Formats: sequence, C-alpha cells, structure tokens
Amino acid sequence: MAPDHRHRVTIRDNGGSFTCGADDRVLIAMEKGGKADIPVGCRGGGCGVCRVRVLEGAFETGPMSKRHVGPAEKAQGLALACRLYPRGDLVLALDVSPHCLYPVEETAGS
Amino acid sequence: MSMTGVLRPGFAQVRVLDLDEALVHYRDRMGLELVEVAGDGRAYLRAYDEFDRHSIVLREADEPGLDVMGFKVASEEVLEFYAGKLRAAGLMVSTIPAGEQPGLGRRVRFVTPTGHAIDLFASMERAENGPMIDNPDLWRTEPRGMRVIRFDHCLLYGDDIDATAAVFRDVLGFSLTEQVVTPDGEETIAIFLTCSTKAHDLALVRYPGKGKLHHVSFLLESWTDIGHAADLMTRYNISVDIGPTRHGITRGQTIYFFDPSGNRNEVFCGGYQFYPDHPVRTWTADEAGKAIFYYERALNDRFMTVVT
Ligand code: FES
Ligand SMILES: [Fe+2]
Repeated sequence: MAPDHRHRVTIRDNGGSFTCGADDRVLIAMEKGGKADIPVGCRGGGCGVCRVRVLEGAFETGPMSKRHVGPAEKAQGLALACRLYPRGDLVLALDVSPHCLYPVEETAGS
Repeated sequence: MSMTGVLRPGFAQVRVLDLDEALVHYRDRMGLELVEVAGDGRAYLRAYDEFDRHSIVLREADEPGLDVMGFKVASEEVLEFYAGKLRAAGLMVSTIPAGEQPGLGRRVRFVTPTGHAIDLFASMERAENGPMIDNPDLWRTEPRGMRVIRFDHCLLYGDDIDATAAVFRDVLGFSLTEQVVTPDGEETIAIFLTCSTKAHDLALVRYPGKGKLHHVSFLLESWTDIGHAADLMTRYNISVDIGPTRHGITRGQTIYFFDPSGNRNEVFCGGYQFYPDHPVRTWTADEAGKAIFYYERALNDRFMTVVT
C-alpha cells in the first residue's frame, strides 16, 4: 500500500503520534511503530483497556464488547483502539473503560 | 484421592464476538476438532485426545467472557448427591435438561459466590473419532496447529474467592494445593484447587467484580510444543500476553495469549502431581511476581486487570 494511504493518529493526552494504514487496527499499528501511547490489553475488543474517544476524524470499527462500548457510547465516538480502523487522520483521547481496572494514572502520561 | 466424586473439568462455554474469527483461532491455530456448529449457532469443539464429544463451546455474543464451566462427575448418583449437598449449603441450584448442549446429559447448575455459573454433569456422548483404545496409536491423524491435548482448567476472577473456594472444598471435595496470601497472611489473593492429582483444576484470583474469566487453559505435551505454539502465534499474529515462561505456582511451563475476542487462553505443559496428603504451598504477595511468572519475576498490570 502506498505511504499516502497511511493516516496520522494523534493522542491528545500525551501528544503521542503514529501512522496507521486503512486496513490496520490503530492499537496494532501503534505497537508495530514501537509506541505505547495507548494501553494494550487483549487486542481483541474484549477488555476495554484500549478504549479511546475519537475527537476528530472518520473511522470504522470491528466487533467490540458492548460492556465497554455500548450503543450510546459508540454514538458518542467511543471505540476500542484494537478494533478501530482509520478512514482519515484521527485525534484520540484516552478513555479506559470504567469496567476495567487497568491503572489509568500510570499510562496516561507515557 | 481415588476419584469417585468430581472427576475433572469437562467443558467451558465461551462467548466470542465473531464465530468465524473464533473458529480460525480454536480450530486452525490451536488445533481443536470442530465437532459441529449446531442449529442455535453454537460451535462445539474437542481436542484430539479427549474421549468425550466436546469440551469447548463457542457462543457468539456481543460481550466476550465465560458462560459456564462444566465439571464431569462419576455417575448420575453422584450428580444427585452433589445437587442435594449444594442445596443444603444454601446455594441456588437449577437443572439444565439433557440435550441443551448436543450429546450432553442432564446438568446441575449453581452460581458461585464470585458469580460464576458452574455445571456438574455425569454423562456426555463419546466422540465419534475419539482416541483409539485397541492397540492404540498416539492419534488417528497427526495433531494440527498447537497440538492441544485437552481442555485442562480455568482461572476465574471474582470478589469473594474464599467463599467460592469453600464451596469447591467443603461441598465438592476439592483440595487446596497452593495459594497466594498477603504478607500478613490475612487475605487470600489467589487459590488453586484440584479434584484430581493435577496441580490445579480450577484457580481463583481476587478481583473487585463478579463472574470474570482470566483464562481457559489447554494442555500440551512438552516444552517443545510450547515453542511450536509460540512459533505459530508469531506466524499468525496471535495476540500474546506473556511467554513462553514458567509459573512458580504449579510449576507449569506456559504461554498466555488471547483469542480474537479478547478471551485469554493458555497453553501449558508440566507441573507437579498432587496427592491429598501433600501440604498446601503458600506464596506471599511480595513474591507474587515469581509465583506467577517464574522467569520474569514480576507481575504485569495486564495479568492482574485484563479479563473478560
Ligand atoms: S486491548 Fe482489550 S479491548 Fe482493546
Ligand atoms: Fe492456567
């Protein structure tokens, strides 16, 4: 895929930034790029650790646990980064699922 | 003990977000046989060396996790005996009629204090192509994928693990093999229970919530197979949690990884044999790193908090 098909993903909380292909999942692209701007859990849409709020940009999502992203939350732009496909440049805010005990403080400033 | 009560873990029914994705994982990568996808959409699978019809049931749902874990007991009489004992202990007991899962007999269901549904059953149809028993070869056809031998145990997360452990020990006759406690010994953090001579058939970890699944575990033959499984995980981009490594607890050699819906799986081999005259092994929380990951000697946040 040509480099111009890669979209820029920026994490507002910590200024983290990396690129992600349209067929790639944001969390996996981040890890491949050696970054740790979003916490990584199961990578399958099940645990809620990687939940983000999409502040800007078009996107699509794969199947996500409704426990962590219910229909109302989905409508507000919440998504699990491991099931998130960019359709343009994205600006994200970290928003770890409240149903998940991952220690937020330690990762928010990474 | 001579096993006359609860024999072993029999099945786990796991929720997945996408059944096709899950089948690629459990059938093609782990190497389970797909017995059938039944009319209600649930998929039934078994490992090559299991005699019973199925051991893993996958149900498509919009939230992953564990529906129920089933234990096989020695007979219908034993099943009735435990149903009475569970009721007498004050637990809510219900009956699931035979055939709710194809090939599976009547089940006695109770919900543990940690919010996990547990089924007991005495009979399941034998697998059509189960392990050979006359002049038995190792297998009918060579195992595929990770060459999983059997569904082995689950680790469940929940709040009152002491109360759940008490049900398994006092009502169902399980033994405590190993535990992790706070340094003052006041609080139990992790509990390992066996109904057999395995180091664990069920494990519990304290967590402020109910009914959580930490992992569903499968037995492999050797450390070489663990390496082979790790090779497959890299080749097929399977989400790895940690490993290959070893547990201090149970001494099993292990890899933790995730199915495509985020349910944690384990493949492991080894571990010590337990007999009922053995004393309980105890770890203190300050040594929990070594207890859980013997080579890394440190716990990670993911192990403690990522569950479905
Ligand atoms: S890492 Fe578990 S939901 Fe994304
Ligand atoms: Fe395990």
